[in-house]
Amino acid sequence: MHTRTIAELSALLHEGAVSAEELAQALLERIQRLDGDLNAFITVTAEEALAQAREADRRLRSGEATPLTGIPIAHKDIFCTRGVRTSCGSRMLDPFVAPYDATVVERLAAAGAVSLGKTNMDEFAMGSSNETSYYGPVRNPWDPERVPGGSSGGSAAAVAARLVPGATGTDTGGSIRQPAALTGITGLKPTYGRVSRWGMVAFASSLDQAGPMARTAEDCALLLQAMAGFDPRDSTCVDRPVPDYRAALAGEGDLKGLRIGVPREWLEEGLDGKVRACVERALQVYRDLGAEVREVRLPNAHLAVPVYYVLAPAEASSNLARYDGVRYGHRCQDPRDLTDLYKRSRAEGFGPEVKRRIMIGTYVLSAGYYDAYYLKAQQVRRLIAQDFRRAFQEVDLLAGPTSPTTAFRLGERLDDPVTMYLSDIYTIAVNLAGLPGLSHPAGFVDGLPVGLQLVGDYFEEARLLEAAHRFQQATDWHRRVPPGCA
Amino acid sequence: MNLDRSSVERIAHLARLALAEEDVPRYVRDLSRILDLVERMGAVDTRGVEPMAHPLDIPQRLRPDEVTEEDRREELLGLAPQAEAGHFLVPKVID
Amino acid sequence: MEWEAVIGLEIHVQLATRSKVFSGASTRYGAPPNTQACAIDLGLPGVLPVLNEEAVRMAVKFGLAIEAEIARRSVFARKHYFYPDLPKGYQISQYELPIVRHGHVTLHLEDGTAKRVGITRAHLEEDAGKSVHEGFGGLTGIDLNRAGTPLLEIVSEPDLRTPQEAAAYMRKIHTLVRYLGICDGNLQEGNFRCDANVSVRPVGQEAFGTRTEIKNVNSFRFIEKAIAYEIERQIDILEAGGRVVQETRLYDAAKGETRPMRSKEEAEDYRYFPDPDLLPLVLDEAFIEGVRATLPELPDAKRARFMEQYGLSAYEAGILTGERALADYYEQVVEAAGGEAKLAANWVLSELLGALNKEGLDIERCPLPAGHLGGMLRRIQDGTISGKIAKEVFEAMWRGEGDADAVIEAKGLRQITDPEAIGRIVDQVLAQHPQQLEQYRAGKDKLFGFFVGQVMKATRGRANPQQVNEILRRKLQG
Repeated sequence: MHTRTIAELSALLHEGAVSAEELAQALLERIQRLDGDLNAFITVTAEEALAQAREADRRLRSGEATPLTGIPIAHKDIFCTRGVRTSCGSRMLDPFVAPYDATVVERLAAAGAVSLGKTNMDEFAMGSSNETSYYGPVRNPWDPERVPGGSSGGSAAAVAARLVPGATGTDTGGSIRQPAALTGITGLKPTYGRVSRWGMVAFASSLDQAGPMARTAEDCALLLQAMAGFDPRDSTCVDRPVPDYRAALAGEGDLKGLRIGVPREWLEEGLDGKVRACVERALQVYRDLGAEVREVRLPNAHLAVPVYYVLAPAEASSNLARYDGVRYGHRCQDPRDLTDLYKRSRAEGFGPEVKRRIMIGTYVLSAGYYDAYYLKAQQVRRLIAQDFRRAFQEVDLLAGPTSPTTAFRLGERLDDPVTMYLSDIYTIAVNLAGLPGLSHPAGFVDGLPVGLQLVGDYFEEARLLEAAHRFQQATDWHRRVPPGCA
Repeated sequence: MNLDRSSVERIAHLARLALAEEDVPRYVRDLSRILDLVERMGAVDTRGVEPMAHPLDIPQRLRPDEVTEEDRREELLGLAPQAEAGHFLVPKVID
Repeated sequence: MEWEAVIGLEIHVQLATRSKVFSGASTRYGAPPNTQACAIDLGLPGVLPVLNEEAVRMAVKFGLAIEAEIARRSVFARKHYFYPDLPKGYQISQYELPIVRHGHVTLHLEDGTAKRVGITRAHLEEDAGKSVHEGFGGLTGIDLNRAGTPLLEIVSEPDLRTPQEAAAYMRKIHTLVRYLGICDGNLQEGNFRCDANVSVRPVGQEAFGTRTEIKNVNSFRFIEKAIAYEIERQIDILEAGGRVVQETRLYDAAKGETRPMRSKEEAEDYRYFPDPDLLPLVLDEAFIEGVRATLPELPDAKRARFMEQYGLSAYEAGILTGERALADYYEQVVEAAGGEAKLAANWVLSELLGALNKEGLDIERCPLPAGHLGGMLRRIQDGTISGKIAKEVFEAMWRGEGDADAVIEAKGLRQITDPEAIGRIVDQVLAQHPQQLEQYRAGKDKLFGFFVGQVMKATRGRANPQQVNEILRRKLQG
């Protein structure tokens, strides 16, 4: 049962071949058995899940069900959940239980999905390896000595290890796509503004976007269908109809007429040779499906990481100023005075990577440095976005590697923030521009999964999903199961 | 960009982060390296380029002036490390 | 050396919206602590702001009233500092691109001159909460009910030169925001707060001296005193060869002096940047014109019209138009009085304001309807009552005993104007006082007043005084 996709489970649930409660029970047992080593979950909500599952069974019987009714999922612990701890992977929020649900949580619950718990993540979504979590690192199901990527590493590992068929993630600079690539699953970061950010703990507000993580593009389509849509509580959420994503995937088909651009800059220095070869084989699959694959240029691509490490920390330093030990969250023992309360609560509550980013952000916004760093970065951000606009005048999609390497070893880059930051070299520009991006399994290198990143024009999620779905109809990389997870 | 120790301490104070004495050299090194990375963008000519604050070029939406929130004080104060008589409590504040 | 002060004011006006500027929590004053502070106001994780349309309308209304530029595009920015009454660690404000720029108001000073004062900008921002220092032992309590209340911060040019001008400017803005209905203007409740930037320089010098900022002066009287003290203090320092330190100071009303604010000792670095949770505020012509259509007649225009239309002095018109409600009241009195504008002004300015003042009421809570007062003035005009009797009628109406006609009827205060009736009473009075009559006729003219008094006494003041005079004079001569 646990190897089934959401689409398959949905059919079984609607046929009555399995009940939501049985399904939830089975996966909860699996989590119980396997997650001790994996550490993909911070909180497992068995009781709530079974109650939701029983309600889903009632809806299934009464014919009020949606395709997600009774489907077990997990939420990245960045989404607020009423009555259940939302830690964001941080000691700062270890004691925090939100008095509201995030819109994403609310919408998936309304569709009948059954949440089994909250998944592990890099602290405040800052990281590319899931090693910055207060709750310890997550292990990659393909090799427990390796990282699953981050920051949505817990969701990625849970889906890859078949603990849940789908999960939510968030992506600020690659946090859905990079762990999806490193764990061999499919993950979609939608267009900025497609999914509400209400109730999602903010890292960098102009870059953060929630999206689905699952094993197939089809499952991502089903999850996105429920997640996307206008929310009056988020000023940056776009009021625009949500297309029928699954309809775009109907039947068997090819990709004749689809123009795919491969940015030359994404195949240059920094890219592992074997990963490159794997990506090129995947591009051949697209050609075989009828797509036209050609080279395009993104001349400012190399600036994405520098720009990102100004803008994201700047916004983060501001967004994280609210964690002061006054109204909620961690407070130090016996503060001498107000300044001591602030400084020690924050020093104890945040880990080293979060502190580094807060300090970088504080620095680039401070008097005398704003123009040289922050304003400059915003200008280069526009140049990067303009590169994409030009590219999309020539092609329908962009394709390339999601990550320059396969999963690296635990601890390997922990001491070297800059090398860690370069893990997201291909994904970051997509957030800066606000475009939708998807990573799907494209093959293996030395037994470790490789992801292919597809990038679409604004609000072209359906086109991304369709291309990935056709690829998955022609390949079986997404069906490979990590050792010990079958 | 080489940050010095006093700059790191100034930034940490501005951000209200206590830094352990022995951690300062590490932050000096890491932050300097990150700034070296970001300074690569300094070489680009951005004259006349409009700064981009948001991915989408859409205006702010306005909300009708209606009271939609009810009193949830007990629940919200319940989140606080220290609260009393309807107030959040902090060490003495001086004006 | 002769010194000149340079003063600029920053006034924080709480906008009279029902809900907060970025959340749906109520802005009602006086609720129990933290009962009107929702998750957004508290800055909980994952919450987001959405802008209140009415706050924007009110800001635009103010901008139009001061003939300012209304920004077609303005941007919200975050201003960072750590303070327990500031939940998010930043205040959402406007920095580089405020909604209102380059306006002005005209002050009508007591010496009869007019002075134009520039307004650099007015921007929207959110208010902070309150710290409560008493009642928590050695700790401070935080009440966030006020956090997120919309504020319009109005920044003047450094055009003011004296404490009196500063106070006049503060009153002017107060009058204006009350006219516009965008602020309750209650200084005690803190809906109208003022910071003053003060520096001095030798007369004739162009460059500004070092300034200090006096925070949170919430009274017209205190602003004048605080600035006067501060000017004095700075001159003393400079004349003694010292230097003024740029700093933030507080006014201690009890001691009548300013002192440095301890919490502001270190230089601030607010790290402003555009709030990524909010998009640029874009206003089109239709929105702005829609707001313009709701503008009332403004104080200066009303003042000029009162002088022109009602023949009032600048002083009278100034007071009557100082509050929109008072001006409206006055005009209702004039209408009910059949156009007796001057008489109406006299009664409103002396009797009515006196009575309100005595009972500590403002015009909105005036127990006497304007129609009643106007109706009474009509009865003075048509001779039904005398001006003197009118005071008795006024008091009865004030006590709620009905309109003028009802009071006159109930108390029998109708003026006696029948010459024969008055003649009979005069005859009686003369008959009752033969001795005085004799003295009068012997040349003691002063006794005329005595007879008038007796007649009025006999009629309980109701006899028409002119007729009494005429008839008495005729009969005494007779």
